[in-house]
Amino acid sequence: MKDEVQTPEDRSAKLKGLGTSRRRVEDARFTQGKGNYVDDLKLDGMLFGDFVRSPYAHARVKSVNIDAAMALPGVIAVLLAKDLEPLSLHWMPTLAGDKQMVLADGKVLFQGQEVAFVVAEDRYIAADAIELVEVDYEELPVITDPFKALEPDAVTLREDIAGQTEGAHGARRHDNHIFLWEEGDKEATEQVLSEAEVVAEEMIYYHRTHPCPLETCGCVADMDKVNGKLTLHGTFQAPHVVRTVASLLSGIEEHNIRVISPDIGGGFGNKVGVYPGYVCSIVASIVTGRPVKWVEDRMDNLMATAFARDYHMQGKISATKDGKITGLWVHVTADHGAFDACADPTKFPAGFFHICTGSYDIPVAYVGVDGVYTNKAPGGVAYRCSFRVTEAAYLIERMIEVLAIELGMDAAELRSKNFIRADQFPYQSALGWEYDSGDYHTAWDKALKAVDYDGLRAEQAAQLEAFKRGETRKLMGIGLTHFTEIVGAGPVKNCDILGMGMFDSCEIRIHPTGSAIARLGTISQGQGHATTFAQILASETGIPADSITIEEGDTDTAPYGLGTYGSRSTPVAGAATAMAGRKIRAKAQMIAAYLLEVHDGDVEWDVDRFVVKGAPERFKTMKEIAYAAYHQPIPGVEPGLEAVSYYDPPNMTYPFGAYICVMDVDVDTGECDVRKFYALDDCGTRINPMIIEGQVHGGLTEALAIAMGQEIAYDEIGNVKTATLMDFFLPTAWETPNYETDYTETPSPHHPIGAKGVGESPNVGGVPAFSNAVMDAFRPFGLRHAHMPHDHWRVWKIARDLGLHS
Amino acid sequence: MIPGGFEYHRPDSLAAAVGVLREYGDDARVLAGGHSLIPMMKLRMADVEHLIDVQDIAEMKGICAEGDKIAIGAMTSQHELIDSPEIARVVPILSEAALQIADPQVRYCGTIGGNVANGDPGNDMPGVMQCLDATFLLHGPDGPREVAARDFYEAAYTTARDDEEILTAIRISAHAPGYAYEKQKRKIGDYATAAAAVLIEKRDGLVANASIAMTNLSDVPVWSEAAGADLFGTDCGPEAVAAAVDTMLGDIDPTEDNRGPVEFKQHVAGIILRRAIARAWSRA
Amino acid sequence: MSETTSQMNIKLTVNGEAHEVTCEPRALLIHVLREDLNLTGPHIGCETSHCGACTVDLNGKSVKSCTLFAAQADGAEITTIEGIANPDGMHVLQEMFREHHGLQCGYCTPGMITRAYRLLEENPAPTEEEVRFGMSGNLCRCTGYQNIVKAVLAASDQMAAQKEAAE
Ligand SMILES: Cc1cc2nc3c(=O)[nH]c(=O)nc-3n(C[C@H](O)[C@H](O)[C@H](O)COP(=O)(O)OP(=O)(O)OC[C@H]3O[C@@H](n4cnc5c(N)ncnc54)[C@H](O)[C@@H]3O)c2cc1C
Ligand code: FES
Ligand code: FES
Repeated sequence: MKDEVQTPEDRSAKLKGLGTSRRRVEDARFTQGKGNYVDDLKLDGMLFGDFVRSPYAHARVKSVNIDAAMALPGVIAVLLAKDLEPLSLHWMPTLAGDKQMVLADGKVLFQGQEVAFVVAEDRYIAADAIELVEVDYEELPVITDPFKALEPDAVTLREDIAGQTEGAHGARRHDNHIFLWEEGDKEATEQVLSEAEVVAEEMIYYHRTHPCPLETCGCVADMDKVNGKLTLHGTFQAPHVVRTVASLLSGIEEHNIRVISPDIGGGFGNKVGVYPGYVCSIVASIVTGRPVKWVEDRMDNLMATAFARDYHMQGKISATKDGKITGLWVHVTADHGAFDACADPTKFPAGFFHICTGSYDIPVAYVGVDGVYTNKAPGGVAYRCSFRVTEAAYLIERMIEVLAIELGMDAAELRSKNFIRADQFPYQSALGWEYDSGDYHTAWDKALKAVDYDGLRAEQAAQLEAFKRGETRKLMGIGLTHFTEIVGAGPVKNCDILGMGMFDSCEIRIHPTGSAIARLGTISQGQGHATTFAQILASETGIPADSITIEEGDTDTAPYGLGTYGSRSTPVAGAATAMAGRKIRAKAQMIAAYLLEVHDGDVEWDVDRFVVKGAPERFKTMKEIAYAAYHQPIPGVEPGLEAVSYYDPPNMTYPFGAYICVMDVDVDTGECDVRKFYALDDCGTRINPMIIEGQVHGGLTEALAIAMGQEIAYDEIGNVKTATLMDFFLPTAWETPNYETDYTETPSPHHPIGAKGVGESPNVGGVPAFSNAVMDAFRPFGLRHAHMPHDHWRVWKIARDLGLHS
Repeated sequence: MIPGGFEYHRPDSLAAAVGVLREYGDDARVLAGGHSLIPMMKLRMADVEHLIDVQDIAEMKGICAEGDKIAIGAMTSQHELIDSPEIARVVPILSEAALQIADPQVRYCGTIGGNVANGDPGNDMPGVMQCLDATFLLHGPDGPREVAARDFYEAAYTTARDDEEILTAIRISAHAPGYAYEKQKRKIGDYATAAAAVLIEKRDGLVANASIAMTNLSDVPVWSEAAGADLFGTDCGPEAVAAAVDTMLGDIDPTEDNRGPVEFKQHVAGIILRRAIARAWSRA
Repeated sequence: MSETTSQMNIKLTVNGEAHEVTCEPRALLIHVLREDLNLTGPHIGCETSHCGACTVDLNGKSVKSCTLFAAQADGAEITTIEGIANPDGMHVLQEMFREHHGLQCGYCTPGMITRAYRLLEENPAPTEEEVRFGMSGNLCRCTGYQNIVKAVLAASDQMAAQKEAAE
C-alpha cells in the first residue's frame, strides 16, 4: 500500500487537523451567491409581517384603529396586544428574568417599540398597511438618563411592576430600579482605599452601541395545522433555546417544534435574544395557517433589537507610591432600557463584569452594579464579547492609564509591575474567578519589542516638541492594552440561561467507508465552524477534515446545545467535539485490537490508525476500523461507530492579549488616523491560524468603530438619532487600517485540546487600545479621561478644552 | 423601507417630459439617478404620484467642451465626471469634488443635474457651481432659460426652478489653475461636516481673482464674494487668509447635528477653508 | 399615499438570460431579482444605499439594487453574483476570496465580489489604496477588510498572469 511509506508527518498533514490554515468549506457556496439566509426562504403561500412602531419614547396608547389597514386589499390580519392576551402572549419573559411587551399593552416605553403586527400578502402591502393603522398616543415624560431615572420624583416607567420591591435579582429600591448586584469585599476595599498612598478615581462611560450584523434579524414561522408541527426558521444564535422558549410560551409540545437556523449573516450578540417579531410571526402563522415571514429593516434593527453596553462606571484604584496596585472599587449605573432583556447567565445580571481586575494581581476589590430602567430599547447583549467583559476590560485598562498619570509613571511599566505572574496560575482573583492559565509578561515583552516601544515613545516626544514649536497640528498617541477575557460559559454549576445549563454538545456518526458527519448544538455566524470543528475531529479520529461534514442549527437533528455567543463555541462545543472524538477512538481501539488479534492495551494511536506496540507494520487505519464496525461482528462490541458528548466545562477559559495602537490625532479637525496596530493574541491552542487572524481583523474593526464613532444616541425626548448607516458608524475599507497580528500560545489546562476561543478578544482588547491611543496623545496637556466615542467633534472638544486652539 | 405607489413615465424627449410635468404639476417629480429621491421615497418622506424617468432623453446627456466653455448634460453621472478628460482639462475642480461624493456605486448613478437640482444643503456640487459661477439651463413649457447658480438656491430644497421645469444642462467656463475642493466628513458615504471650494487666479505673484464657496454650513451653499475679495491683490499671506476666513465664518450659519455642535462646525469650517485656500494657491 | 397599484412589464437580461417580469412601478430591483427571479445572491443589508450588499452590475456599472426601481432597469443587462462564475468554474475573484479568507459570514460577499469584478474591469492593476477606495461602497462587519483587499489584489495579479499566458 502506498500509505505504508508515508511518514506520520505526511499522514498528519493530510488530515488538515489542528493548527492547519485549512481553507473554509463554507466558501464555495457563499462566493457564488448560494448561501441560504432566512430572507432567501420562500414557502408556498408565505405572508409577510411587519410592525407598526411607536414614534414616541414614552406614551400611553389610547386607541388603535385598524379599519383602514384591514380594508386594504392583501392585508390578512393586524394583531394587537389584546389579540395576544388570550394566549398570554402579549408579554413574554426575557432572558434576564424580567418580562417584555410583545405588542404595546396600554403604553409604549421606547421609540420603535412594537405596537401592532400587520400581516399581508407581501412586504409592499404590509408597508402600505402600516401607514393606515391609526394610533392615538398621549405623550408622557421621557427619561433617557439612568441617574435621573433614580431620582425620587422620577416618573414610573414600568407601571406593571410599580411598587414591587423584589425583582428577579433581589431588592429594588425605586420603581425604575432593577437590581443591585455586588461582588467582592466592599468594606475591605474601602478600607484599603482610605489608607492608600495613591488613589486614582474616574467616571468612565462606555456608551450605548449596537452589534449591527450586516444581516438583520428575521424569521419564517410555518405552522402545519395538519400534523400540528411548527417549523421556525430564523436568525437564531441559540436555536435550541429558542425551541424550548417557543414551547414554553406557546404550549406546543417541544417535539412538535422544529427550529432551524439557516446561514446567519453575522450575529455578534444581536441574534441571541427572543424578539416580538418571532412571537408575532408564530401567532400569525397559527392564526392564518400560512407561513409568515418577518424581517426587520435596518432602522428597526438599530432602534429596537439588542443594544449593547451603556455602562456608567465609577472607578477607584489604589496603589503604593511606586506603583503596586492595592485595591479596586467600582460602581456601575447600568442603563438597561425599558425592559431588562440582557442576555446574561441567570446568576449574573451584570454578566462577567467582575473580571474587571483584568490582567492584574489586585489583592482586594469590590463591584456594585445598579440596573436601571429608562425609555430606551431593551437589550444589553454581549456585542462580540462575553457578557459585559468588554465593559470590564475597558474600565480596568482606562483605570490603569489614569493611575499611571496619577503616579507619573509609564503605563507599560505600570502594567508590567502588576501583572499576575506565570507562576501564580491557576490564579484566584479578588472577585471570585479562577484564571486557568496565562503568561502575561512574556506576551507583553514580546509586544513591546515588536513595536519598538521605546523608539515609539521617543518619536512621540519629538512630535510633541514639533507641535509645541508650531510645526505640526498633529499629536501622536500610543494606546496600550493588556486584556484578559473570560469566555466559554460555562460550567453548569454557575451558568444557566432560563434554567438551562450552559453545556454544549456534539454527536458524531462515522460512516462505513470512513467519512463522518458531526452535529453540534452551536451555530456558525461566520466563525467557520464547518471548517474548524472538522479539524478538531480530524486530529482526534484520524479522519481527514475534508471527509467530515459538520451540521448545526436544526433542532430536529442536532443534539441540544446552548448556541454560539460569548466565544463559547470553541471552549464548550469544541471540547464536546474532542470528547466525542475520543469516545469514537476508544471504541475503535477495541475493534482494532480484535482485528489485530491482540489485547486492547497492546495497540496505540498513531495519527490515523492503531498500531500494535512494538510492531508498527501491524496496524488498522480508522477507515478500516469504520468498515469493520459496520460489517464484521465483533464479540462484545455493538455494531456501528457513533458517539455523543455533552460537555460541561469545569471552568471558563481566559484568553488574553497585548495590543498596541499608534494614532495620529489632528487637534484642529478631530480626525484620528491609525498609523499602526499590533495585536498579539493568546487563545491557547490554535485550531486554524487563518481563521484566528480573520477573527482578529474583524473584531478589531468593530472595536475601531465603537471607539471612534459608533453609538446609539438619543435626544432628550428619546428619539434615536443614529438609526441609519449614515449616522451609525460602520467603517469602510477606506477608514480601516491594516493590522499586524502575532501570538503566544498558552493552552488551557482544563480544555481537552487546550483551546480558549478568540472571536471576541479583539473587540474586548481593541476598544481600550484605540481609546487609550487617542487619550495618550493628549496626556502631556493634562487630559485624564474623555468619554467615547472619539468622533471628530468630541476629539476636537478635548483639544479645545485643553486650550490647544488658541 | 418600501416607497408608496406611483405612476412611472419614461419619456424619450424633453418636450414629452415637460408635457408630463405640465400635466401633473406638483404631483410629478423628475427621476434622475434616484440616489437622493429614492431613499426619501423609501422612508416615505417624499410622496410622489408621477415619476418621470429622464434617462432616455438625449438632450440631457453628454459633455461638450468648446474652447474654454463646457456644457455638461444634467444626466452626466458623477462617475462620468471623474472619468472625463474634458472635465479634467477644463474644470478639474469638478472631478476633485465628485471623488468626494458618496461611494463608487452611488457615483455611477447620481447625476450632476440631480445633485444641483435637489437643493439639499448637504450636496457638494451646488457650492462648487457657485464658486465656478456656473449657469443652469432650465427647460419649461415656455422654452429654455438660464439661471446663475449663485441665484438658484433659496432655502433647503427650495430653488429657483419652477415645478414644471427640467434642468437640462450646466454651463461653465474654464477655471483658473488654482483650485481646490476640500471636504471633511466622518467616513466615505457621509455628507460634509464642512467643505470648501476655492478658485484662485494668480498674476505676477498676487491674487488676481478668487472665488470661495462652502457646503453644508447653512441651508443653502454659501458663496462669499467678500471672502474672495479679501484675497484679491494679496500674496495669499496669513493676514489675507485670516481675513477671508473671518469673512466666510460670518456668512455661514451651521446647525447642530450628529456631526457636531455649531461651535465645532464653525471651527472646522475655518480649518477646511484655510486648507483649501492653501492648496488652491499652491496650484495657482 | 397614493393607491396606485398599476402593473408594468419589464424586460431584463440577467446573467445572459432574458426575462420578462410584471411588477408595480415601485418594485425595487433588489426585490425583483430576489423574489421574482429567485436570484438570492444579492442581499439586503441596509436599504439606504450604504452597505452595498445588494450590489449588482447593470450595463457595466456597479449599482446598489435597493436604490433602483426595476422599472429604471427596463431593457438593461444585469450581472449578479450568480452570473460571475465562468461556465468552466469559479471566477478568479471567487477563488481568491476563498484562498485569502476574504469572507466570514458571507453576507457581504456577493456584493463585494460583484463590485470587485467591475473595479478590476476598469482598473486591472489597482494599488492597495485604489482597492480600498474602489471597494468603499461595500460594508463588511466580519473581516475588517484586510483579507478582502488581499483577495482583490491577488485576483488582479492572477488575471494579469492569465492574460499574459494567453497572449
Ligand atoms: C449613501 C449616499 C451618500 C451620498 N453622499 C453624498 C455626498 O457626499 N455628497 C453629495 O453631494 N451627494 C451625496 N449623495 C447624493 C447623491 O450624490 C445623489 O445622487 C444626488 O444628490 C442626486 O442626484 P440623482 O441623479 O441621484 O438625483 P435624484 O435622486 O434622481 O433627484 C434628486 C432631486 O432632484 C430632482 N431632479 C433630478 N434631476 C433633475 C433635473 N434634471 N431637473 C429637475 N429636477 C431634477 C428630482 O426630482 C429630485 O427631487 C449621496 C447619496 C447616497 C445614497
Ligand atoms: S441594501 Fe442596498 S446598499 Fe445596503
Ligand atoms: S463576511 Fe460577514 S459581513 Fe462580510
